[in-house]
Amino acid sequence: MLNRSFHVEIRTPEQLIYEGDVTSIRAPGVEGNFEILAGHLPFLTALDIGEIRIRESETPQLMAISGGVFEVLRTGVTALVETAEWASEIDVERAENARDSAQAELAANASDLNRPQVEAALARAKNRIKVAHNL
Amino acid sequence: MATLREIRRRITSIQNIEQVTDAMRVVAAARLRRAQENINATRPYADKLDTILGHLISRMDTETEALTHPLLEERELKHVCIISVSGDRGLCGSFNSNVIRTTTQRVQHYQDGGADVTLICIGRRTHEHFDRRGYDITDAYTNIFRNLEFQTAVDVVHEFEHLYVEKKIDKVEVIYNNFKSAILQTVLVEQLLPLVPEFPEGDTLFLDYIYEPGQIELFEMLLSRHLNMQMWKVLLDSNAAEQAARMAAMENATQKAKELIDELILQRNRARQTQITTEISEIVSGAAALEG
Repeated sequence: MLNRSFHVEIRTPEQLIYEGDVTSIRAPGVEGNFEILAGHLPFLTALDIGEIRIRESETPQLMAISGGVFEVLRTGVTALVETAEWASEIDVERAENARDSAQAELAANASDLNRPQVEAALARAKNRIKVAHNL
Repeated sequence: MATLREIRRRITSIQNIEQVTDAMRVVAAARLRRAQENINATRPYADKLDTILGHLISRMDTETEALTHPLLEERELKHVCIISVSGDRGLCGSFNSNVIRTTTQRVQHYQDGGADVTLICIGRRTHEHFDRRGYDITDAYTNIFRNLEFQTAVDVVHEFEHLYVEKKIDKVEVIYNNFKSAILQTVLVEQLLPLVPEFPEGDTLFLDYIYEPGQIELFEMLLSRHLNMQMWKVLLDSNAAEQAARMAAMENATQKAKELIDELILQRNRARQTQITTEISEIVSGAAALEG
């Protein structure tokens, strides 16, 4: 395939996760998944919890993210995400524990339950498990 | 005058203190280095976020849209929320007491103006101080600096953001130690809400984006992210400042211990010499008495 490549940078507040040239990137927009190829018009969108899939060559690389901003300029793509983990580095056991404890908390429904926060934690844990299994 | 044995005992105990403070200095130095790396790692993300916000604002009809956003709305001050950021531990000079003092002053200031003040305490030191004195504390975060995570900043913001949008509080302020350099930390009072929009001017050559979802939804989302980032920067800064303050305090303490040991060694030598002199003169006079 003679795909043109373009520059991609993926950052969290804590570190640079990925920087390099790719031929395509797929990301979870708030209005559905989308895929960007070289030569895309300037584009700004919000990202949901989900997976980013980048393709440098034939094999895609996967990571789990938890929401952020996605900007396409002619100079390249920048994704600013709050958390990001490569699929291969996800600790499935820890994610499953996080999922189970969040579910238990929701089920217990204590009076001081911070529902949106626990639900968000649950969604993040489920996403990590899913992405790890997609590898 | 202290006996030789007493002086020796003091020297040993101060040497022990010196060892401890010196070890603490080394640990603080290592943590400071890590804290500084964290600050540097955050900068590109923060800059990029501000640039995107700048681009977006330059494309918006600021009069009608941006300035009516709930997080930018200025209101009469009835309820103020102050976030007081200290450390979890002491032995770091005036690091904690400066924050506590400034917080007390600000609370007084707002109460004099007729507003209610609630506190969010970050770090065990401020929490203990204000809890004991019966301040109105909505939430406290302790022992977060050992393993600082971005999620903590998000949680803190989550705590006050919706209260502001629901108009239960009219201003949010954060008080923390700003990390200027390894030798200079100053207490800063920063306003978090209402947000003061100051972002880099959008590039004039910049053409518009395609937006998904709409411009206003994105703007709202970016403002929230910007707020998370502000809080994160505060936590990182305070953490670095704490380590720097502790490093300086421990260096001082080690220095003082060394001086004290030097002085005590002089005293010890003098005492020993006196003792020897006394012994010799006793022997000499004893011998003289025998000869006599």
